[in-house]
Amino acid sequence: MIPLSETIGIWLGAALTLCVLSFLYKDNPFFKFAEHLFVGISAGYWATLEYYNMFLPNLWEPLTQQGRLLLLVPFALGILLFSRFTKKFSWLSRWPMALVIGIYAGIAILGYMQGDLFPQIHANLRPLVTDNWLTSFNNILLTLGVITGLLYFFFSKEHKGALGGAAKVGIWFLMISFGASFGYTVMSRMSLLIGRVLFLLKDWLHLVN
Amino acid sequence: MKVISFIRVLFFFLYFLLIASPLSFAQEDLSQSWFNPHRVNMLIFLIFFFAIIIYFIDRAKKGKSLFIRRIAGLDAIEEAVGRATEMGKPVLFIPGIEDIDQIQTVAAMIILGNVAKMVAAYDTPLFVPICRPMVVPVAEERVKEGYASAGRPDAYNRDNVRYISDEQFAYAAGVQGIMLRDRPAANLMFGSFFAESLMLAETGFLTGAIQVAGTANIHQLPFFVVACDYTIIGEELFASSAYLSKEPKLLGSLKGSDLTKAIIIGILALGAILETLGITQFTRWFFIE
Repeated sequence: MIPLSETIGIWLGAALTLCVLSFLYKDNPFFKFAEHLFVGISAGYWATLEYYNMFLPNLWEPLTQQGRLLLLVPFALGILLFSRFTKKFSWLSRWPMALVIGIYAGIAILGYMQGDLFPQIHANLRPLVTDNWLTSFNNILLTLGVITGLLYFFFSKEHKGALGGAAKVGIWFLMISFGASFGYTVMSRMSLLIGRVLFLLKDWLHLVN
Repeated sequence: MKVISFIRVLFFFLYFLLIASPLSFAQEDLSQSWFNPHRVNMLIFLIFFFAIIIYFIDRAKKGKSLFIRRIAGLDAIEEAVGRATEMGKPVLFIPGIEDIDQIQTVAAMIILGNVAKMVAAYDTPLFVPICRPMVVPVAEERVKEGYASAGRPDAYNRDNVRYISDEQFAYAAGVQGIMLRDRPAANLMFGSFFAESLMLAETGFLTGAIQVAGTANIHQLPFFVVACDYTIIGEELFASSAYLSKEPKLLGSLKGSDLTKAIIIGILALGAILETLGITQFTRWFFIE
C-alpha cells in the first residue's frame, strides 16, 4: 500500500510534468503556472538551504558556540554586502566582492594548471612514428589538432596567410569535436526524457512494470 | 631591459632549484610541508606566465599599442542591438549561471558594460536576468556605468537587472518566460552555461530573436553553434572582454596568454619530436603527481 503523501506527490509531479510538457504546443497558462511555481519555490528553497547549510554551520555556530572570533572578519564582510541598500555607503559592498573575485581567481589558476594544463600537455606529447601505423596516425592527428586548435585562439595576429590556413584547419577540428559532443549530449538528454516518460507510465499510470 | 634581466635571473634561480635541490626527488610525506618539490614544474611555469603577463600589462599601461584581431561575433552584438532598436523591442543579456567568482562571469560582466553603453545610446530597454545573488550588484554597477558613460544615467532602470533563482532549471524556466512574454529581439548569452544552454537558445530561436552566444564550457558550445546566429568560442569570450574594454590589464593578460600559447605550441612540437626519438625525460617534466 502506497502512503497517501507519496500518492499526492506522484500526482503533483505528474501534473506539473504535463504542465511543463504543454510548452511543446505553445506558451499557455499551465506552463506559466508551473514556471512561476518552480521559480518561486526554488528561490525560497535555496535561501533556506544557504541559511541552514552555510550560514549556521560555517559562521554562526562556530562563532557563538566555539568562540572563533576570527570568523567576525567574514561576518563583517558579509554585512558589507548589504551596504548596497544605502546610497551613501554602497561603495563598501565592493570590498567583499573584490576579495571573493581575487581569491577565487588565484585558486582557479592553480586548479586549472594542475588539473587541466599540465595533464593535457603531458597527454599530448606522443611519438609521431610508432610500430603501429594506426597509433602513429592517431598521434599525428592529435598533435595536429591541438596545435592548429591553439593557433585558432591566437589573437595577436590577423588570421591571414599560413596562420589563417592553420587556424582554418583548427576550426575544422573544433567543429568535428562539437558535432561528436552534440550527438553524445543529445543521447543523454534522450535518457532524461525516457526517465520522465517512465515516471508518467510506471509510477503514475502503472502501465508498465 | 630590466624586465628581461629579471626573468633571466629568475630562470637561473629556478633552474638551480630544480636541478640542484635534492628535495626535488624526495618522496617523503609532504602533506604538512609548505613547499612541495614535486610541483616545481608548475611553479616555474606559473612564475614565467605571470612575468609575461606583467610585462605586457606594463607595456599596455605605458600606452604601447597591443594589436588584437577583430572577433567576428563582436560585430554581431552591435548588429543585434541595432535590430532590436529598429523593432522597438528589448535586448536580453544572460550572463550564465555561475557565480561572480568564476572568470567567465567576470568576462560576461565586462561585455555587459559595453552592451549597456550601446543600448543606452540607442535608447533600447535592456533586461538582465541573474541566477546568482552575488552577481546582481556587479551587473547593476556595470549597467549603471554603461548608461552613465553613454550620457544617459536617467535611462537606467534598476528593475531590469533581476534575480530569478539559484536553481539552474528554475532560472532557465524564468528566462524562457521573459523570452516568450517580453519578446526581446536580441538575446545575448555570455558566460558559463550548462544543461540549460539548449533550452535557452532553442526558445530564443523560436521567438525569432537574433542570438549571439559565447561560453568557454566546451560541452555547451555545440548547442550554441546550432541554435544561435553567432557564437563566440572558448577563449574568444575573454578576448572579447579585453577587446571591448581596452583595459591595459586585460589586453596585457591576453597578449601574455597568446605568448604562452606560442610557447605551448613549441613544447608540443619539441615534445613530439623527442618522443619520436625515444627521449622521454622532457615529457616526464610535465607529469603532475
